[in-house]
Amino acid sequence: MPLRGFSLLTLVAIALPFLFPDNYYVTVVGTTAAVHAMLAMSLNLLMGYAGQISLGHAAFFGMGAYSSAILTTRWEWRPLLAMVAGLLLTGVVAYLISRPILRLKGHYLAMATLGFGIIINILLVQTGWLTGGPDGISNIPPLSLLGWQVDSDLRWYGVMSAAALLVLWINLSVVSSRSGRALRALHTSEFAAQTMGIDTTVMKSKIFVLAALLAAAAGSLFAHQQAFVSPGSFSFFFSVELVTMVVLGGLASTYGAIFGAVALTFLPELLVVFEDYEVMIFGAILMLTMIFLPQGFYVAVEQRLGRWWAARQGGA
Amino acid sequence: MWDQLPQLLITGVTIGATYALVALGFAIIYNASDVVNFAQGEFVMIGAMSTVFLSGNSGLPLPLAVLLAVGLTILVGMALQRFAIARSRGATVVAMIIITIGASIFLRGVALVVWGKEIKQLPHFFSESPIVLGSATLLPQNLVVMIGALLLVLAVHYFFQHTRSGKAVLACSYNRTAAALMGINVGMMMLIAYALSAFLGAVAGILIAPIAYTSYDAGVMLGLKGFSAAILGGMGSPMGAVAGGVLLGLIESLSAGYISSGYKDAIGFLILLLVLFFRPGGIFGKTSAERV
Repeated sequence: MPLRGFSLLTLVAIALPFLFPDNYYVTVVGTTAAVHAMLAMSLNLLMGYAGQISLGHAAFFGMGAYSSAILTTRWEWRPLLAMVAGLLLTGVVAYLISRPILRLKGHYLAMATLGFGIIINILLVQTGWLTGGPDGISNIPPLSLLGWQVDSDLRWYGVMSAAALLVLWINLSVVSSRSGRALRALHTSEFAAQTMGIDTTVMKSKIFVLAALLAAAAGSLFAHQQAFVSPGSFSFFFSVELVTMVVLGGLASTYGAIFGAVALTFLPELLVVFEDYEVMIFGAILMLTMIFLPQGFYVAVEQRLGRWWAARQGGA
Repeated sequence: MWDQLPQLLITGVTIGATYALVALGFAIIYNASDVVNFAQGEFVMIGAMSTVFLSGNSGLPLPLAVLLAVGLTILVGMALQRFAIARSRGATVVAMIIITIGASIFLRGVALVVWGKEIKQLPHFFSESPIVLGSATLLPQNLVVMIGALLLVLAVHYFFQHTRSGKAVLACSYNRTAAALMGINVGMMMLIAYALSAFLGAVAGILIAPIAYTSYDAGVMLGLKGFSAAILGGMGSPMGAVAGGVLLGLIESLSAGYISSGYKDAIGFLILLLVLFFRPGGIFGKTSAERV
């Protein structure tokens, strides 16, 4: 498994806080970017490699976040234990819905995942006795790892970057494994994959559960980092934003997903100056990228650089 | 308990009639171009919001404002087809979904800039005094919505079954290449399909705006509901989509009345999931869910 990109990103993640100490864009926006990168990579496993669209990925992110929030505030569980419980819950739910949902294709799959996401979101709003309703849950205790409190922006930047790198590692190993090859075969042609003896149903459902678990883990960390959760963070719009991150970078490209996540995290920060025009510009960027670079921004640039490099080598 | 049933049915059919028009628009575009248009809800919003501003702020008489608003929405629909959909022929399902989602966000953004964030209402078309029917009351506007939607559905049915252009659009949806070989101008038919769909959305928005209010982001939920209704009834058949719309309206209204208004959307989507799991072609449809 090629690790050049992984090592490079690790170096960048370590170097940034030294190059820009106490910088808002590194420790605060950078931390959010790391959360988004985890989510985008997990969704990319499902969309890019297994070829299954999901418009409800935010639901799994929310399940992880709310499990941690509820268990640590109401029953004073330890954060790590709560995280494990959240992962268990999400894993079971994802497994149960994976079979019927993944039998669907294309628009129908999109609609089913969308419906699932909206149902979970409504449950978060309506079960006020448990989730605090639209107001959410605040005062979530900070994470502590072996007595080390994660209580500053810089520490959170470290934890989230490390978690994102771990997710990247998992992603790269899955993709380069035997299962990864099976997945890519599945994306290219499900029928051909079946004739080669790949159990496509089991394969898809495994990857669905893995993607859900990674999202839930990110959610759990997110809840502790924000110390506050509310249903708005896990809405249909956020699911759409996650799909956008994956597609903007380029489907089936792990680094593309990271690129998309980082770009879409920083874009609103830059668009803030346009105030009311922000929504319009965001929509236009989304539409234009897909029309003119349907393979994704990152992948398109990567391909062009590759071609340019090959031409230079050939010419010399 | 049965006392409130007639009232719930009236509410359900009224909102269902709106869903039906949006779902019909969905089904027309889906059948003509294999695209699920996530910007369908935005047609509803543009129709209603531009009527509000043309009649209220510019002081035009309501009928003229409605006419202009519908015309504007049709132009938006045709522009969407020409500049976004037609340019991306052959793109994957996911890419197409993102393009139409991008278009819907863009249109919402434009509406926000042009019309602001306030919630708006259109005046009722006729009197606002309710008609009493036993234990239920009915606003004249409820009747306007139901009758208006019914007439439009019949007109669309007539268009597809009995006019040359309608049959040509249908031919394109069966087989584009064959249609082109028969001398049908496929590009033009696609434009007609999007225009028709935008027209239906705009009218739905204008009819319901006196009852349900409107705002720059009113299209999101209506679009999703229309999509659900279309799938509920079967994407392959326009009339199935209409039935799905009315059914979804009734489901929502009855669950709001008898179970909980907070959960009404969740129940709607839950039934949708069950339909997808057990009858993926829709309740009234025959096509399989594998159609991609």
